[in-house]
Amino acid sequence: MTGNGQGNGRNDSVGTSYVKVDAWERVTGRAEYAADVRTPNALHAKVLRSPHPHAIIKSIDVSRAEQLSGVKAIITSKDFPSMDELKDSFGGELMVNARDLRRMVLADDKVLFDGHGVAAVAATSLEIAEAALDLITVEYEILPVINSTADALKPDAPLLHPDVYTKTLKETPDKPSNLASYVESGWGDVDKGFAEAAVIVERSFDSMMVHQGYLEPQACTARWDNEVCTVWTSTQGTFNGQRMVSTLLQVPLHQVNFVPTEIGGGFGGKIYTLVEPIAMLLARKAGRPVKFVMDRSEVFRATGPGSPQQSTVKVGARKDGTIVAAQGSLVMDAGAFPGAPVAGASMVTFGPYKMEHFKLEAYDVVTNKPRVQAYRAPGGTPAAFGVEVVMDEIAEKLGMDPLEFRKINAVSEGDPSTNGRPLPKVGLKEVLGQVEGSPHWNAPLEGENRGRGLALGFWNGAVAMSSATINVNVDGTVEVVSGHVDLTGTRTTMTQMAADMLQLPPERVSARVTDTASGTYTDVTGGSRTVYTQSQAIYNACESVLNEMKALAADQLKLNEDDIEYADGAFSAKGNPETTLSWDELAGRSRTRGNGPISGYGTSGRLKGAPAFAAHLADVEVDPDTGKVKILRYTCFQDVGKAINPAMVEGQIQGGAVQGLGWALSEYYHYEDGKLRNPTLLDYRMLTALDLPMIDTEIVEVPADDSPYGARGVGEVPIIPPAAAVESAIYRAVGVRMTQLPMTPERVFWALHDDGSEQ
Amino acid sequence: MKVPVRFSVNGDDRDLYIGAHKTLMEVLRDDLELTGTKEGCGNGNCGACTINLDGKAVNACLILGVEADGHEVQTIEGVSEDGTLHPLQQAFIEESALQCGFCTPGFIMSAKVFLEQNPSPSEQEIRTAIAGNLCRCTGYDKIVRAIQAAAKLA
Repeated sequence: MTGNGQGNGRNDSVGTSYVKVDAWERVTGRAEYAADVRTPNALHAKVLRSPHPHAIIKSIDVSRAEQLSGVKAIITSKDFPSMDELKDSFGGELMVNARDLRRMVLADDKVLFDGHGVAAVAATSLEIAEAALDLITVEYEILPVINSTADALKPDAPLLHPDVYTKTLKETPDKPSNLASYVESGWGDVDKGFAEAAVIVERSFDSMMVHQGYLEPQACTARWDNEVCTVWTSTQGTFNGQRMVSTLLQVPLHQVNFVPTEIGGGFGGKIYTLVEPIAMLLARKAGRPVKFVMDRSEVFRATGPGSPQQSTVKVGARKDGTIVAAQGSLVMDAGAFPGAPVAGASMVTFGPYKMEHFKLEAYDVVTNKPRVQAYRAPGGTPAAFGVEVVMDEIAEKLGMDPLEFRKINAVSEGDPSTNGRPLPKVGLKEVLGQVEGSPHWNAPLEGENRGRGLALGFWNGAVAMSSATINVNVDGTVEVVSGHVDLTGTRTTMTQMAADMLQLPPERVSARVTDTASGTYTDVTGGSRTVYTQSQAIYNACESVLNEMKALAADQLKLNEDDIEYADGAFSAKGNPETTLSWDELAGRSRTRGNGPISGYGTSGRLKGAPAFAAHLADVEVDPDTGKVKILRYTCFQDVGKAINPAMVEGQIQGGAVQGLGWALSEYYHYEDGKLRNPTLLDYRMLTALDLPMIDTEIVEVPADDSPYGARGVGEVPIIPPAAAVESAIYRAVGVRMTQLPMTPERVFWALHDDGSEQ
Repeated sequence: MKVPVRFSVNGDDRDLYIGAHKTLMEVLRDDLELTGTKEGCGNGNCGACTINLDGKAVNACLILGVEADGHEVQTIEGVSEDGTLHPLQQAFIEESALQCGFCTPGFIMSAKVFLEQNPSPSEQEIRTAIAGNLCRCTGYDKIVRAIQAAAKLA
């Protein structure tokens, strides 16, 4: 039995690698992404961006730009309705308040990062819009730059915001600060714990700003028809986006329709509405549709990258290998406005481990960089990097195999999670067992400068709200309609699950993602929640459909509803299978008989979390002459609860692992005095096919307590372990501990040639 | 300034009057509405706009539209014939070699040109051939397998 056992279908459409239902349009170039949308009479938008990371805007003169033939509208932050209060906060994965979101889109009185939007132009062509930017004069008063969290926390540091006071459970301080919030979690008494430890390891770690690196730049088109605005956009959450622009522009929700186009990757970075308000304001001012497509450098400079982190991790263990105390401090860079992924990082940091005494402190700090957004397991990767490296070192100091050490300390059901609440059923021990028996773990690794590393990852799994409507056509085919944006397979899994639950061939089911005007509310697609929560919504909708069909069958067969049973496309009298009506026959009759068209609606209601664990194994070879790290072999082990579509599960794990490997080895924002020097895909180095081997996956299925199949979210966990797995492999290959991400050839080289002098 | 050009796109001769500064990618997407060719970076680093120009895989964002004058261009829209998918397209579907799909047309165009020159490549040769195409969803594993599968089919 899986999960709560509701997904009781009888065909094999769940658990098989059903072909992605929207693959055909992708391999033929037909799939329509946001930049592909064509609207008659549309104008093109460009944004003027600040070359300064920190400056007061003294004045903006757009008069010369307005004179340029073809320019139809120019906006600045003054074109937004005024907003004295903070109003709502929005999220998805990372919360942001409305005023900060508005100031992320276009600067108010101050620019806060290199690339901060200052004004926007709509013109009859992109070239004219670009030319108009050159005619806008902005007078800046340049301010000192806060480059890092260390700069920001100096006692005499210049303030980014005069109205940010450190949020903490203690008393609110009387002076504003660049420290936006401070949170503490844990239990027991770590000092007492460390006193009992036989071995203690403490290290500090550092990472840099990274980008989600979705291949499709942000893009949208906005068109006003009288009072109603339609927005075609690439977003992870249409309803969230609709609410954000509704608040920013002070337009009621029913006058904004968000239409999701195909989305070319998001990874957490396409939740905030950074382009839509610009297109909407320009379109309203110009009285024509406006299309706004970011270029790649804008994506790097002015969207929402992943948060850099400085951490200190201290772990103490007894001689028998049990962890007696664990302590961590995470200093997280939020960029220009408060809101670093403190919660996610705090949750992930020591997630896989049982700890007698535990204390974690996390700091949310503002600096002159773009405000971060979620990036796959937000905050988790750099936090787990430090923890896993320290765990590897503790195991070594104890003379213990790193896998054995993990097995001794692995959490299981009932152990306190890092938030203090007991864990539901989880599969970490099963994952570690899978590692132990795997070909990779048991294969010898020979050769010079080669090593193998093991690291763990944990993600609690977001829940939030999902919904779906299921309509039965009169020919018996079925349509699943949902507002859940399909990032990477949602339509396919919805098709599979509905087919399974309705006991119909999946070919007779289709699933569509609708706009906000036609679908019912769902939260964003993100946080490893979609299959988990959507399975429950689909189940509830299917139940409703089956009940309606049974009522119609009872009416037509002149029986009580209780006397009808359904199996494999036929409604029959219990105990009398001769008295039967097929699914198709009933669907046809629904047009004119009974209560009319058959339709069911379901929401995900309230589910528990479905935490997921992974272990990664990396074999590397280090070139001591260059410091270059080559990945020789890589295997991901992950508890997915139930793989609804194993091929898509594998693909998501492989992709997440490779993003993590890029973070480990080559990706970083290169800032020089607040100016981003590498806003291109040449200089921001994401891994290519040539940098990698095949990525092996071993799927473990320990069903989650809740939801019809017990499927756990897959997406986030695989990005967490790679950096530490590679670090531990480097250590075993060449004997140096790396504590900074990324572990570039230069850094590895200098670690190998460290003669004690400053580099 | 607009310039007259004539070139073949997916087998059809096209006569166009295009802005002299327009890249071939812009001409394909904006003038010909062949939006299967994607813009991921606009400066030749991501490969999403890869097309076939006279039998070579090139980034359409790195050449001007006027340079296509007199040449033969094939885009993703011209890869399937009479409604039948090319073996590479079929293999990408069957091997689950795509997720968001934004990079997919570029990968298929690179791989198609490559397999025409090297019908039975090694894994390493495939990885080298697609090193100019970035994918952020798949980790490349299933893309490499799809190209291997297509090589066997052809």
